[in-house]
This record gives sequence, C-alpha cells and structure tokens, in this order.
Amino acid sequence: MQVRLADRVTDLAIATFLWAFRISVVLIVVVGSFLTLSSGKYGLETWTGLVITGLTTGSVYALVALGYTMVYGILRMINFAHGDIFMIGGFAGYFAGLALSRLGFLNANAIASLISIMIMMVVAGVFALVVALLVERIAYRPLRNAPRLIPLISAFGASYFLEYSVKGWAGPGVYAFPDVAVLDQLVPIDFVRIKWLDVLVVIAALVMMAGLYFFVMRTKVGTAIRAVSEDKATAALMGIDVDRAIVTTFAVGAAMAGAAGVLFGLMFRQINYFSGFEPGLKAFTAAVLGGIGNIPGAMLGGLFLGQVEAVGPQLFLDGFGVPGLAGLAKAVGFTMLVLILVFRPSGLLGERISGTRA
Amino acid sequence: MELLVAQNVTKRFGGLLAVNKLDFVQEQGSIYSVIGPNGAGKTTFFNCIAGFYRIDEGAIRFGGLEINDLRRDEISHLGIARTYQNIRLFANMTAMENLLVGQHQNLRSTWIGAVVGTRFVREEERMAHEEARRLLRFIGLQGRGDTLANNLPYGDQRRLEVARALAAKPRLLLLDEPTAGMNPAEQAEMTAFVRKLRDELGITILLIEHAMRVVMGISERITVLDYGEKIAEGSPEEIQRNPRVIEAYLGRGSETASGARPDAPGPATAEA
Amino acid sequence: MTALAATASGWSGWLPAIRLGLLGAAIALYLCFIGIVAIFDPRPLIQGVISLGQVALILTGIGVGYLTARRAADGPLRAMIGATIAGTIAGAALTGFVLLGAVIDLRGVILHASPVTYGVLTFGLDTPGAWIPIVLLGAAGAVGGAVEVLPTRFQRPVISSLMALLVIGLFAGVIRSPMLANPLTDPIARLLFASDGVTPLGAVATVVAVLGGQALNRRLAIPQRVRELPAERRQRLTLPAIIVGVLFVLWLPQGVGSFFAQVVAVVTLYVLMAFGLNITLGLAGLLDLGFVAFFAVGAYTVGLLTGSGDYGIAHWPFWAAVPVAVILAMAFGAFLGLPILGIRGDYLAIATLGFGEIVRILAGSDLLKPWLGGPRGIYPIPKPIEVTPDSFLAGPLQIYYIALAFAAVVAFVAVRLRDSRLGRAWVAIREDEDVAEALGVNLVQTKLLAYMLGAAFAGLGGAIFSTLLGAIISSSITVFVSINVAAIIIVGGMGSIPGVVVGSIFLIGIPELFREFSEYRYLFYGVALIAMMIYRPEGILPSRITRREFHASDEAEPGEPAEGQSTDEPTSQPATGMVT
Repeated sequence: MQVRLADRVTDLAIATFLWAFRISVVLIVVVGSFLTLSSGKYGLETWTGLVITGLTTGSVYALVALGYTMVYGILRMINFAHGDIFMIGGFAGYFAGLALSRLGFLNANAIASLISIMIMMVVAGVFALVVALLVERIAYRPLRNAPRLIPLISAFGASYFLEYSVKGWAGPGVYAFPDVAVLDQLVPIDFVRIKWLDVLVVIAALVMMAGLYFFVMRTKVGTAIRAVSEDKATAALMGIDVDRAIVTTFAVGAAMAGAAGVLFGLMFRQINYFSGFEPGLKAFTAAVLGGIGNIPGAMLGGLFLGQVEAVGPQLFLDGFGVPGLAGLAKAVGFTMLVLILVFRPSGLLGERISGTRA
Repeated sequence: MELLVAQNVTKRFGGLLAVNKLDFVQEQGSIYSVIGPNGAGKTTFFNCIAGFYRIDEGAIRFGGLEINDLRRDEISHLGIARTYQNIRLFANMTAMENLLVGQHQNLRSTWIGAVVGTRFVREEERMAHEEARRLLRFIGLQGRGDTLANNLPYGDQRRLEVARALAAKPRLLLLDEPTAGMNPAEQAEMTAFVRKLRDELGITILLIEHAMRVVMGISERITVLDYGEKIAEGSPEEIQRNPRVIEAYLGRGSETASGARPDAPGPATAEA
Repeated sequence: MTALAATASGWSGWLPAIRLGLLGAAIALYLCFIGIVAIFDPRPLIQGVISLGQVALILTGIGVGYLTARRAADGPLRAMIGATIAGTIAGAALTGFVLLGAVIDLRGVILHASPVTYGVLTFGLDTPGAWIPIVLLGAAGAVGGAVEVLPTRFQRPVISSLMALLVIGLFAGVIRSPMLANPLTDPIARLLFASDGVTPLGAVATVVAVLGGQALNRRLAIPQRVRELPAERRQRLTLPAIIVGVLFVLWLPQGVGSFFAQVVAVVTLYVLMAFGLNITLGLAGLLDLGFVAFFAVGAYTVGLLTGSGDYGIAHWPFWAAVPVAVILAMAFGAFLGLPILGIRGDYLAIATLGFGEIVRILAGSDLLKPWLGGPRGIYPIPKPIEVTPDSFLAGPLQIYYIALAFAAVVAFVAVRLRDSRLGRAWVAIREDEDVAEALGVNLVQTKLLAYMLGAAFAGLGGAIFSTLLGAIISSSITVFVSINVAAIIIVGGMGSIPGVVVGSIFLIGIPELFREFSEYRYLFYGVALIAMMIYRPEGILPSRITRREFHASDEAEPGEPAEGQSTDEPTSQPATGMVT
C-alpha cells in the first residue's frame, strides 16, 4: 500500500513548472530593471512623468474597481458590464461637456471650467447609475440564485447589449472630448512637470473614494450593504432589505464608474462605444489585485496597477531591448491579471468574502 | 490490527480549537462511532482524515502510512471513502453515473484508449456497469439507476451516497450521520445496512451519529468529543455509564433555555 | 363582485396598461435612437407595403397590446381598450419625439434623430404627420389585444402566419438567390421574392402555405404517428433518416450559392471548435475564455508551415501542418493551463480572457513582427487541396468539406470521451470538485486534460480558419472568437452535442446571413444571451440522461444518446426502462 508514484512524479513536475514560472517572472523584473536603470537611457524627468501617468490612470482604475469589488462582495458575481457602464458615463459626460462648451461656459474661466467638469461628472454619474440599475433589474436580478456561471454569461450579454446600443446610438466613430484649456496648463512648481489635469484627476478620485469609504463604513445603508455581503440570509432575518442593499451597491459603483468615465475622457481625449472594455478588464484586475470584496484593496490595487502599467514596460523590458513597448503596454495589465490570479488570488490585502467555496 | 491511528491531532480555525490533541485508534474490521454535541469537532475530525483539512499538529496513519499530508484523491486511493453530513451526490448525474464515478479510481482506461475504443476499455466499461448495477441491487435501488440523483427520495439518496463510497472499494468507510433526518424505521434499516457492510464486505466503519439508538445498537467502540477534546472512550455500555458524557450532553443542555437535547445519550433514550 | 368592478373601473384598473404602454414607449424610442428604424427603412419586409423599420415599431405596439390584454382579467372589451391605450401611449412617445425634433435638432446627441427617422415615423409627412405614430401604434396595440382575446383556435393560425411572414421576409434574399440559380425555380423566385423581402403575392402565398400546412398537419399528425410507432419499427426508420440527413449536409453548400456556402463553412468551423470547448466547458465546467489563444497557435502554425509568402518557413502541405498545429496548441494549452487550473470558476474565466488578450496583443506586436508579420499577418496561405479554379472544390466548398470531416472526427472523439471514465470524472468535477477528488479523481491532471483537449480542437479550428481566409492576420484573433464559442455551448445546451450544432446555427449562421444587420448582430446577441440565461439556462437542446442501467450492457453505440428526460426536468423519472 503506497501512494501512486506516477501521481507524485506529475505533481513534482507541476510544482517545478510553477516555480520555474515564478522565478522567470522575478528574473525578468529584476534583471530588466537593472539593465534599464544601468543603461541610464532615461532621466529622472522621464520616470517622474511615468509615475504621474500611473497615478492618474491608476486613480481611474481604482474608481472603476470599486464597483467591481462591491458587486462581487455582495453578489459573488463578476459584473462584466461594469466597464461599459463606465463607457456610458463617459459618453453622458461628453454630451454634457459638449453642451457646456457650446454655451461657452466650459472654457470661460478656471472656475467655470471646474464647475463644468463637476457638472459633467454628475451627469455621467447619474446616467451611468440609471443604466446600471436597469441592467441589474433586467439581466441580473432574475438570476440571483442561479449557479455562478449563469449570471456571468448574462453579464457578457449585457456588455454586448450596452456596447452595441451605444454603437447604434452614437455610431462607431471616435468622439473627441471637448478641450478644457485650463487643465493643460502646468502646475507652477519647479521640480516636476504636473498638469492641472493630473491634479484634478487624483483629487477627484480621492474625494470620491473617501466619500465612498465614509458611506460604507459610517452610514446605515453602508452597514446594511456590509451585512448583506457577509450573509444574505441572516441580514434578511435582521430586517435588512437585501434587494435595496444590492441595488444601492450597483448604484454607488455605477455612479463612481460614470464619473471616472469623464476623468478618463479628459485624460485620453477620446471615447467610442468600445472604450469601456479594456479599462473595465484592467479595473477588474485592480479589484482582484487588491483582494476582491475589499474596498481599500480596490483603491490600492488600482493605484498599483496604474504604476505597473505606466512604469513597467519601460522599466522591465527596455533593458532587454524589446521593440514596440507602447504596443506591449496593454499586455502588461493582462499579464499582471494572470499572474495575480495564479499566484495570489486573494490579492494584496486579502479577500473580504465570507463563506466562499472553491 | 490497527487500521486507523490518530496521534495528538490538532486542528485550529483562527483562534478556535476545533480538534484538540486527539488520540484515536481503530481496529481493522470494527464499527466505531464518534459522538458528541453539535460543534464538538466530529466532522472536522472526519475532514482531517479524508484530507479536506490539513491538520496543524499530530499525525494520522492509515495502515501504517502517514496520510495527513496527502491530497484527497491520494487518500482515496489508499482505501478511505466517505459520505457527507449533508448529502453531496452529483445531483445532475444519474444514480448509475454516480456509482460509475465512484469506481473511477479502480478503472485504468486512458483517454486515448477510450477514443480508440480498445477491447480493454470496452471490457472494463462493461465490468464497471455490471458492478454499478450490482451496487444498485445491494442498496435496493434496482430499476432506479437512470434517475437523476437529485430526483431520488431522501433515504435513497443517503443509501446511494454510501453505495458510491462503496464503489471505490474502500477498506475504511467514513459515514457522517448516515441516519440524519430519518424516521425510526428507516434508521433501523440503515443500521442493518451498515452492519451488513461490515459483515458481508469486511469493511471497517467509522461513523458520526447523533441518533443514540443507532450508535448504541451497532458500535463496538465509541469516542465522545466535546469542544474538540476526547472526553470518553469505550464500549457502548461504558459510555452510557460515563458521568462526563452525561454531563456533556445533559449538563450543558440544562443550562440552555431549551433544557432538553434530542440527541442526548442518556440511559433513557439509549436503552430503547 | 361590485367591489371588484369598482376597483377595476377606477383609475388604478388601467395602471398595468399604462405601465406597459410606458415600457412600449421606451422600447419604441430606443429602436429609433439606436437607428434600427432608420437603417431598416430601405429594407422592405413586404415590397412596397411595409419596411422592416416600421415592422419593428409595429411589433412593439402589438407586443405591448398583447401583454396588456393578457394581464387584463375582466372581459375582452376592457382587455381591448387596455391594449389600445398601451399602444397609444407608446405611439404618443414617438409623436412627442417627432414634435421635439421639429423644434430642436437632436442630432448632436442622437445620431439617428434624422429626417430619415422622422420620415419613417410619419410616412414621409414629417411634422404635419406627427399624429401618425399614435394612431399606428394604437391600432397595433388593438391588434395585439385582439390576438390575445381571440379564441385559441384562431389564435394559433394568426400568430404562426405573422411569424412565418416575418421569417420569410427576413430570409427572402437567402432563399431567393439559390432559387435564381436554377432555371426551374427562377420564375417562382421572381414571383414571390423581391431582391429584399417578399412581394405582396409572396406574402399571400406564405400565409396560405402556413394555414394549409397547419390544416394538413392536423389531419396527418405525422410526428405523433412516428412517436406512436413500436420501437423496432421506429429504429428501422432511423437509418434512412440518417442517410437523408448526411446527403443533405453534403449537398447543402452546393445547392445554395457561394455566399451561403461560405456561411455554412464558417458555421461548420464553429461547430468543430464548439465540440472542442464542449469538453472543457460543457463537461468539465471550466469556462475558458482564452480559447482564441489556441486558435491563434493553430492558425499561425499552419500559416508559417504552409504559407507561400514572405513569412512561410517550410512550404509544407496542409495535411502535414495540421497535426503539428494541433500538438502545438495542445502543448500551449498545458503551458497556460498548469498555472491557472487551480483557481476558482469565475476567476478562471477572467484569467483565460486575459490570456486571450495577451496572445492577441503579442500576435500583432512589433516584438513578434519579424516572425508573425505584425498586424498585416501572414499571407497568402494556400488551400489544402490544390485544384483548378473552375473545380467545384475551388471556393469555400473545399473548406466546408474539410471542416465537416474534422467536425465529425471531433464529435466522435468528444462522444467517446464523454462516455468514458474520463468524461464521467469531468462531469463529476463540474458538479462538485471536492467530492470528485475525494473519490480519487486527480483534479489537476483531469482538468488539465480537458483543457488541453479543448486547446487541441481550438488549434484545429484555427488551422482550418487560416486556410479558409487564405491568410492569418492579428485582427482575427479577438476575444469574440472565445465568447462566441462559449456562447454557442451555453445557448445550445451544456455538454450536449446536438445542442452545439443548433447553437452554432443560431449564433453564427443566422447573424452571418443577416449581413445587412451586421451593425446590430451583437446587440441581438447580447439580448439573446440574457434572455437565454433567464428563461432557459439549460440551453436549447440540453444534454439528455444517458440510460446506463438497462442499455449499456449491450455495448450501447457511443454517441447514441438514449432517450430520457432532459436533465433539467424537475419531476422524478419513473423507472420505465424496466420494459426494454
């Protein structure tokens, strides 16, 4: 009587493979960084620029990631359409911006610009919220008790539906976000080049995240949401309206994603029906990276992913003389996603999901 | 001969000691029961044996081989099969298919062989189906083999789960509350069935049970757990007389509001 | 009774009608906003009578009316009034839209708030015709209500005639073009079908055919008689049925013209790939959305090995390259599968999705451009069988037959595997992997095998795809390939082989045929996925229970799914098998 040898050998092979995989990832990162830095090809200026880019994109990822993480926390489902909610928010903000720009208010002066952007974000948030609630009502609520893959497929369907509705509505073309002149000016400090846009994005994101944290931790509705995340049945027995908690979760997540859509539009200046897909996937990565269901984790994960994506290709790969880094930058986010899921599926800060089963 | 030996087994969940320094020996061919109040750590102990949990301290040996670091499938290959407290059949497979999956580890067909349809594979499949049908008859489910496990009545599901474990041809069978939710007549039937397993198939049986009628009726030895610790061990008669056991059940039971524990092993229920 | 009547006659009695009317208004406006109304305006359903854009709106009215009448519990008259109210509300929204459009130019926000849309809504009268939508949808609502109110005996012929008209009108072009090719059917085609849509005569013919067919069917009741046949006589019917089926499948692309042949080839290719993923997803329950990665490996391998252009490295014949492609895809599957198979279900979906994206980005990147040609890809890739251009095997037909042959092989393999020890282990893992492992199933190895086999078939699909296209470009490596294949399996029915075929026809074939709808195919696709998950999560043709207790002893034909109730059937199944 003994353990079957063949099993043990394959186990060993698998373990070896996984370790080789880990080691090669670490090697690429370490050796690549060393080579890049020692070549001295890029000055401090370049690196700070990349870090700032990472900070801003990361803030947006964090905002979107919060929606993923909260919905996953409460329903254990990946709301695949969340990226499209983000895109729809961007579109709503775009139209609001267009109107403000036609009225001549958008660029009237710095204060008017700031107010305009706030209006755009509110419009985007409200619109995204409405769409998200419709999606929840139609595509998710009837599937609340179905096996896991079922709502995921429905979410894919919702994602398609939203993307192609927008394509029909606005056409397949790329829309250029209205220019806000103030945001392109540099902040008057000596040691780094920062645009007002960067400041705006980071501050807006921080304010929203702080607001969310307060909402979830300190308000009654937030407590209800946390209770439902822990245990739906018990929460219901305690007199908590589970449906309302879930709807609120969707609403809050969508509103933030919509507002983030405006920030993203201001940063990258363009938007079309498909522009929610990639940021959506990356924001999901950020949520997993931070530990899904974990709200501070999503924020941290977003910022971290933004940095890796902005600095990573240059830092890790340039030293090896890899061509076409700009094209590969997109792959970095996905590589990150896979690596996290493989080696630390519970994320940096750990999952906050009770009672999950493999 | 000692078949299953646990030494100093400890399992923690965070700060909670679910099983604490448990020593345990089961002879080959015996019927052994583990009892105790709810939350005493019985199912945790089962999960440790079957490889569902990694133990924090101690060792579990099966037939002399240390198994506490093995995977579930390896433990199963060594000859331990189990059932579950809340039935875990493959709900969308038929009864036959459940029994065929149970035989998985005893079959040798490879995927290439299955695609080509070699003689060996066909022969093996035929034997496997034959064996599954034999098991169906053994548990009195002949004619129901093509029913989805989901659609079987509760008692049949329990028996089917036992049969699926038997299909693996185990030397040790772990039964987690096999009579839960049954009426006295069904319990008696299950008791007879379990005894038949040991007498006819020579399988060593370790069971968790709440129904004292069943426990006292078939066990040769009993271990009582409370708060993860062994508070008593011995023959049914010894257990019934043990003051600590009675206290564990009735003593704490009387503190609680309800006052009575339906699963208490007190002489009153046990003598029935 | 009086109390009931009182509440019903009050304001609140009409609430359902108003609510449904508002829903209809939302849908009708949505149809206008996303451009369905405008774009399908030039496309007639019945030539000179009605366009598809109008049909969409009228169907909304009819649907709303029908639902309203169904909700109404108190008499046909009130049901009819309610239905009309609901339709009118929906129409009023459109009227409002037209009037608003006359005041402000909405095109800055809504691309399709254009004169074309207004023209469709008002039958060309523009603002003076703003009243038309109200009347039109009100009438449509009344029609919908009337359909509901009608006795069942009349209901069925009316509904099926309308449905048939819709289907025939949609498919008119597809039916017509092959008929034109044949001198015998040519005049008939010209009589019944316009270049798009049916002629008024064709519409009448359709209705007559449907009604006649139904009457005939009631008289003859063939399906029922077949069902009532004794088992052995029914078996005698099986073989001829199979032969007819095979001949039909072989004949199919030749009879229908080259565009249709191309569509059929693509559908077959997807059937093949879906058979492969069916092992991974349908049996083992691993949602692999990185399928396209292995598809890419297969396609690029064949491209490199057989390509006659700059990037071709070996100039091998197709048949030598295919096994290499399959084995490479499989190896790649092992490489990607090993690290990720431990993670839980929905994470696996996203991780594999990530893989697909990585492969897509790499394939088109500058990094691999010296070998894979970057975005422009590898071109040209010769056809597997070299023939003269006028041979019947010259076009997509050749690929169709190759795909068909491989699909048959894959189906055979899939069925053999499903009925083997491994197939059972896969399903067990899908059902409860903890329990499966405790029964001695090695999870990593078993899952890995499922994943690798899925990858192998994806590679095969990619290999054939590259020859179908005659090139492999990085933009064909999209996440849509993965999602399409997964959706086929889910819509067809998890683990079900006929389900895969049906799913491919529904999700690939029909959208391909509606090239004119290409703008909207994924929109409908999304709606279909959601609706499917809500109303029929087990799929169109769910896999059936395999009878094993009484069948298998005599070595059942592998792949012969013995009849039984579908797996979703909640009722317990009586042990009728005893008799056989």
